[in-house]
This record gives sequence, C-alpha cells and structure tokens, in this order.
Amino acid sequence: MTQRITKWPGVELSAADLNEGKVTQTRFRPNAKYAWSAGEAMSRFLAELQNGRLIARTCRSCKRILFPPRMFCEVCFRPTDEWTYIQDTGTIETFSISYLDTDAKRIPDPILVGVVSLDGASPKMGMMHYFGDMTKDEIRIGMRVKAVWKPWEERRGSVLDIRHFGPLRKDAK
Amino acid sequence: MRKVGVIGAGMTLFRRRLQETGKEMCFEATKMALDSAGLTRADIDMVVNGTAPDAFDGVHMKGEYLLDGCGGYRKPYTRVFTGGGTGVFSSIAGWWHVASGLADAVLVVNEEKMSSCQPHPQSVFAHIWDPILDRPLRPNLVWIFAMEMNRYMHVHGVKKEDIARVAVKNKRNAVGHPCAQLADPKITVDDVLNSEVMAWPVQRLDISPPSDGASAIVLASEDFIRRRKIKDRAWMSGVGWCIDSTMWTDRDLYFPEYVARAAQTAYKRAKISDPRREIDFAEPYDPFDYKELHHLEGLLLAKKGEAPILTREGVTERDGDLPVCPSGGLMGVGNPIAATMGQKIGELFWQLTNQAGKRQIPHEVHTGVAQAWGDLMPLWW
Amino acid sequence: MRVGIIGVGMTAFRPSTPEYSWKELMFEAASRAYADAGVDPRTEVDSFVTCAEDYYEGFGIFDEFTPDQLGGALRPVCTVTGDGLQGLANAFMQIQTGLIDIAVVEAHSKASDILTLEGIIEHGLDPIWNKPLGGHPFLIAGLEADAFVRKTRTSVKAFAAVVAKNRTNALRNPLAAYAAKVDAEQVLSSAERFAPLRALDIAAPADGGVVLVLASEAAARRRHANPVWIRGIGWASDSPTLETRDWTQAAYAQLAAEMAYRLAKVRRPATEIDFAEVDDRFSYKELQHLEAVGLAKKGEAGRTVLKGGYDPGGALPVNVAGGSLGCGNVFEATGLHRAAEVALQLRGDAGSHQIDGVRVGVAQSWRYIPSATGAVAVLGVGQ
Repeated sequence: MTQRITKWPGVELSAADLNEGKVTQTRFRPNAKYAWSAGEAMSRFLAELQNGRLIARTCRSCKRILFPPRMFCEVCFRPTDEWTYIQDTGTIETFSISYLDTDAKRIPDPILVGVVSLDGASPKMGMMHYFGDMTKDEIRIGMRVKAVWKPWEERRGSVLDIRHFGPLRKDAK
Repeated sequence: MRKVGVIGAGMTLFRRRLQETGKEMCFEATKMALDSAGLTRADIDMVVNGTAPDAFDGVHMKGEYLLDGCGGYRKPYTRVFTGGGTGVFSSIAGWWHVASGLADAVLVVNEEKMSSCQPHPQSVFAHIWDPILDRPLRPNLVWIFAMEMNRYMHVHGVKKEDIARVAVKNKRNAVGHPCAQLADPKITVDDVLNSEVMAWPVQRLDISPPSDGASAIVLASEDFIRRRKIKDRAWMSGVGWCIDSTMWTDRDLYFPEYVARAAQTAYKRAKISDPRREIDFAEPYDPFDYKELHHLEGLLLAKKGEAPILTREGVTERDGDLPVCPSGGLMGVGNPIAATMGQKIGELFWQLTNQAGKRQIPHEVHTGVAQAWGDLMPLWW
Repeated sequence: MRVGIIGVGMTAFRPSTPEYSWKELMFEAASRAYADAGVDPRTEVDSFVTCAEDYYEGFGIFDEFTPDQLGGALRPVCTVTGDGLQGLANAFMQIQTGLIDIAVVEAHSKASDILTLEGIIEHGLDPIWNKPLGGHPFLIAGLEADAFVRKTRTSVKAFAAVVAKNRTNALRNPLAAYAAKVDAEQVLSSAERFAPLRALDIAAPADGGVVLVLASEAAARRRHANPVWIRGIGWASDSPTLETRDWTQAAYAQLAAEMAYRLAKVRRPATEIDFAEVDDRFSYKELQHLEAVGLAKKGEAGRTVLKGGYDPGGALPVNVAGGSLGCGNVFEATGLHRAAEVALQLRGDAGSHQIDGVRVGVAQSWRYIPSATGAVAVLGVGQ
C-alpha cells in the first residue's frame, strides 16, 4: 500500500507441516507452580463457604455491602468496616450456554454458567457460577436462583462448595 | 506539550502459524516500519515493546526475549502490557516517550506468537482469572464474552443478526488487506448465524481466532518530522486510558464505562467536543463482533444501544458516514493480540496519509480514533 | 520541567507474608505512600504505573488485578513489565508531557506465592539456544562473576566483604528481611554454589511492596511539598542473547548511567554523587554495577570495599539500607526500593541508618537473570 512497501513478510505453516515433522521445534514445559496466600478477606470468605454461608464486608463511607468481600474499598480507598452475612439467593444478571470446556474442547452437554447478583449485597454485586436443575431453554436473565450446596462433608473451602445455583421455587422459603 | 506524529508502520502477515520466531517477526515488522519512514535503527532514540501474556510465546520476561528483534539492542527499551489493550496502549507509551521531550524518534513494536502454546493457545486464558473466585470453576475465555454479549443484547433488545453484520462487514473489508487471515468476500449474515455454537450467544464466526503476527510503528516529534522533511505523518492529538475494578462480577457488563472514561480524556486532550461529528472514522477493538458495537458506544460514537442500528443502516460501512474498522479489524485481518496495533494505529496512519490502497475510505478523512481493550477491561488513543 | 518524589510507602520485607494476599500487601504500601504525600488517590492522582511480570505473579494478565488496591479503579492504570525504576522512568515521562500532574509508581514481590522459583527464572531463557541445555539459571551469574574476576582481577574476598557489609547494614533497617551479623569468613566458608559464587553471595527472596508518589514541580509547590527531585533517569538493555552480550561488564548499567547523568548534568559522578543504592542480588553485582555507573574505576570497586570505602561511614556509602542481600530479593520491586531508600536518605527520614549531609544519590537497578537490562536514577534535594 505504501510506495516503500512491496512485500508483506511471513511464511505460513499448515497443520500438516507440523504433523509431518517438516517444522523444527523445541519443546519445553515450564515448571511454574503457585500457592497464593488468600489473604484476610478471601480466607474468611472460603471458611464461611465451608459453613454454607456467604459473607460480605461493609464500607461505612459509600454505604455499600461489598461482595465478594475485600479488606479495602476500591471506591473510597479506605479499609472496609464489618463482616456481614448475605443470602444465598439472587438473580441471574447474565449467562452463557457453553459447548466448550476450559481447553476449548467441544462438549455435547452444555455448561450453564453466568453471573448471579446476590440478595443482601449491594445492587449488581455477585459472583460467577454454574446453573443447574434447569434446562438451556428455561434459563433466562432475571431468573431468581438459590445456591445448591454440597453436603457438609464434601465442602473444601472453595467456590465449588456451591454445586451450582438452581431455580428459587416460590413454595420454598 | 510536544506534538507527536506517526511516520511509519509495518506488519507481518497474520496467520494461524508462522514459521518465523517471535524475534524474527518483530524484526520484519520493525524493518518495514523503518523503511516506510525512510529511517534506520540509528535514527531511533528509544524502543517500546507491546506483547500480551508471556505464556503464548512460552518465555518468561518475554519483553527481554524479543528485545533485539525490536531493535532495542543497547537502547532504552521498555515493555508495557495491558492485556489486549496493549494493541493500542503501547503506542500511547511511545507517545509519552516523545511528548516528554526525552526522545525524538521512537519505535513501537508489538508481537504475539500464539501458536507456540500447545495444545491450544486457549489454555493460557485459564490463568487470567482470579485464582480463588473464578479458576476453580475452570472457566473458558469465551464465557466472559458470551456473558457480556448476552447482557448487552438483553439490555438493548439487540438481535443476533445485527451483531452478525459486524462480522460480515469486517471480513469483507479485510479483502483489501494484504496481511489478512480471515478475509471473505462472500460471507453472509446467515453464514455467521448458522456457524457452530461455541458458548451461546457466541458462535464460531462471531470470534476472531488465535494468530501469529507482529506490527510496528515509528513515532517522532514535530521538530524531527520537519527536519527530516517527512511528508507522510498522522498526528496523535489525544490519548486516554482507563481500567475498571478487578471485581468484574460487581458491574453491569452491558456498557464499557472504562472506554467512555478513556475516550473522554482523549477527546478533551484533542479538543474534540462532539466526537460523533468531529471524528471521521474509527478502529475500535473487535476480537468478537459484538465488541465493535460495545466499544462504539463506549467511544461515544453511538448512543447506548444505537451501534447495532447504525450498523444495520450501513453507517459504519467503508463508504458510510462513519466507517468503522475499514482495515477489516480483528474479525477480518486476525487477532495476534498485541500485534493488532497493525489494524488499529497502523490503519489510522495509512488511511490518514492516503496509503490504504484498496481499503482507502472513498471520501476525505482527517480524524480517526483507535481503541483497544484488554483485561476484563479497557483502553485507546 | 522538574519532577519530584513527594511520597514514599513501603511494607516490611519478609521471607513470607502468609496472612496477606498480594492485593492486601500492595494496599498497605500504597496507603503508606498516600499518607506520606498527603494525596487522595481517588481524586488527585492522574496516572498509576505498576511494575509486574505475569510469571512472577502466576497470572495471565496481571494488570487486571492491580487497580483496586492502588485506588486506581476506573482511573488510568497501566503495567510496565519491567523493574520499578523503569516504571519510575515512565511515570517521569508522563509528567514531563505536561498533561499529568501527579503519578504513582508501584512494584512488589509476593515471591513466597511461587512454589517453583527456579523454574520461573529458567523459563526466561531462550527456548531454542538455552533451555534445552538444562542446568540451573544461576549458572549465568556464576559465569558472569567469573568473567568479572578475570577481567578486573577482583578477589572473591571482595564479594564476601559486600555480603558482610550489606547484611550488617540491614541490622539498622527495621524493614529488612535478612539482617544479620555476618562476617566475610562466614561467606567464604559457606557452601559452593555457582563458582566463584557461594551460598551467601546470593540474595534470598522476600515479599514486600513499594509505592512512590511523583509530582510535577508546579503540583508539588501547590501542595507545599518538599520533593526529592528526579534529576535524571536512564534505562538501557544490552543483548538479551547470552551468546552475544558483554560478559565482562554491565553495559546496560553504563548506558543507563550515561543517560541519567546527561539529564542530571552530572559530569564527574565519582565526586558529585554522595551515596548509592545499587543492585546486589549476587554479591559481585554491587561491584560490577559501581564500576559500570562510573562510581568506581574499572577494577577498583573490589579493593575499595575491602578497605571499607563503601561502609556507611566511608567515602561513598553503598547500600546503607542493607541492599538485596540484607533486605531480600524483591524482584521487580528491587529498583523502586533503591529509589525509595535514596529519597528517604535525602529527606533525612532514613531513621537509624541515616547518613549525614547527603544531597545527591544514585539508585541503580538490574532486571535479574537472564536479562541484561537496567536503569539508573539520580535523585537530589535543594536547587
């Protein structure tokens, strides 16, 4: 396009070039392992998950109930003030019906995943999780849901202590 | 503040796999950018590198590794990294190198070699999530886009066919791009709508797949440009960047407030008060088709929910009133993350200096805006 | 336009900080810096710069995880994948454009979160030339130390003297992780590692955070701050390729110093600079760096350290706060820690390790193995 450029560099390789060993490669698997300190906020959050409860932090300055909990408020830039439990019910803010797993492999039965905003926290505050006990045709934005917890003995202090969020039935409490 | 101009640009082919190493791709793009500006490495004071996760190329401190390919040997060299936003952000870093008065001529070189990562570059994205809140769910990168796209569609009542029009437009625009990986002159909205569902509402042709490539630009001060009698230059008149909170599950995903903040800063610096009227064309970041619409609204070039309508009405076509992604964008040219500087800043330079060849916007253009977004977040010029 | 440092914040450096997440560690350093500067990050800071590398953090795009704890949510924040002094250089340039009044630079280490530190450092090697050879990445430091010994005829006793000096200096720095009364004999009798380097010649990793607040001269005046001026700053890289770089001297440090001195109008560094904080993550590096930045003649740094010339009471105090050997290796925060120490000394706020009558100091950094990249800042007070 420019007068001074006549050739656009790059040599394209095909998958066959690789498979047939036409390309010289070196291989290396990095030895990269980590164990992150969860810190004050997340340690309590995970311990409470094991108890089957969701906990948040309050900020007196902006009067928000912060979930996921944090030891500092990112809006006011000050330490947060108190722990407070919130409900394990909420509203689907958005979702996806995924036919891909983590490695981009195709899966026949889709994963229902999305963001749920939780009752008791400030508006729109919530977490990403799976949805279950509903079909891909039933799930919709605005749907009311409730956490389905693993049995106590299977909980490990992880977001996976919640199996998924399922429909909140009117007849249930 | 010193005026800073783009005076040269280069890029390699964007392809699923290139034979060249990362360093070699950087060299090719750098050489092209220097040649197009009529300069040599000796004219360059400082070098900025932009490249996204190290895990793609498979080298820790990847900026150091790429250094000699970028022309950084024995020069002041720095790498910046703001996720996919690096595609535009590195040129902002180059801008402050010159605008500060510390440098007269600066190279900005962006690179991504995603094919080095086996078995699939997608696996790198497992590590972009929060290790406590998100990673135990084993999330796939496409999920974040699917969730955001769904929210955007829900809030504004957007139809999938209007989003698919972006993919069609950009893949057709890319036909005139010599580096394009994904150009398709015959593609239709139905092709997109009938493509494989990956993570609903995202389908295969809504996505720009992984790619290898590099791009480079040369920036220079007004004084340098005058002294060297350089004719082809595009001024960087305003820059802005912004990042939202890490807590992405605490905000409404339908609108990119971070883009709006960055845009407002940049427009103010460029003395643009009415962007929709004063900006002639745009290169927003489009790794997914809906992202172009999302970002157009963030850039205040469309009202909230209006971008799909402008697209349907043809306003964003190359010959429309507000051409968007005349390069072909990421959807058409390819998405080697940081190297997409070639379609963003590179395209602005080529369009504004009337060098875009088959892609040249048919009417006269004076002001363009490029934008990239990067983490679960922002950015632009 | 002059640019000054108006706020300094640091956490303690410790071998591990299991009670804090990296976010909480950064929050503490940032809170201290903002309190020191009297600045509200939410309304008064125009730009935030973090210095971090993905593999040191265990993230794909670490930038995403930085804004909240710095007060940078929905504000201009960016990551410089470099040493803290390179971050300082970028913030310095941002202010020099005239569009930014106050900028913040952050760097930290949460090395205790990394279970395979050697594996991470090894992953920085060239995938085609070097990785297939295997071997511990610190071999590179051993090779370079050996080249330094041969070229400059420096005795390994001088390496031991550096270790003894810095770890002893750290006893007067309450933030240091590895303060100890170590003598040269102990160093020379410690286990051989990467000859000529021994176990005690190598700085051990630590966690810690450093935040600096920078302001333009006008903004500093408006705030009635008494800044430490960044008189000059420079950064440079030699070849990243092990096979083609200069092994006998730190070319990157020399080039960076030349740039910094040019901006600072320092003509005779050896006489104009009062004290220095230089990278000592392997003992020989302190000597190699002092020679490269022109604070010692080639081959003389070793003799000077043996004579006590770099002691806190010597002609050129070097690493008075304990260096990395005494404070711990805080990776990308190393250079910013050096700048912070120089700033505190110049303000007279260095507490029990304060040295008297200093007006101009140098901070120097290196990006650690396997890089040949470094930076130099000249800081000063008064006119």
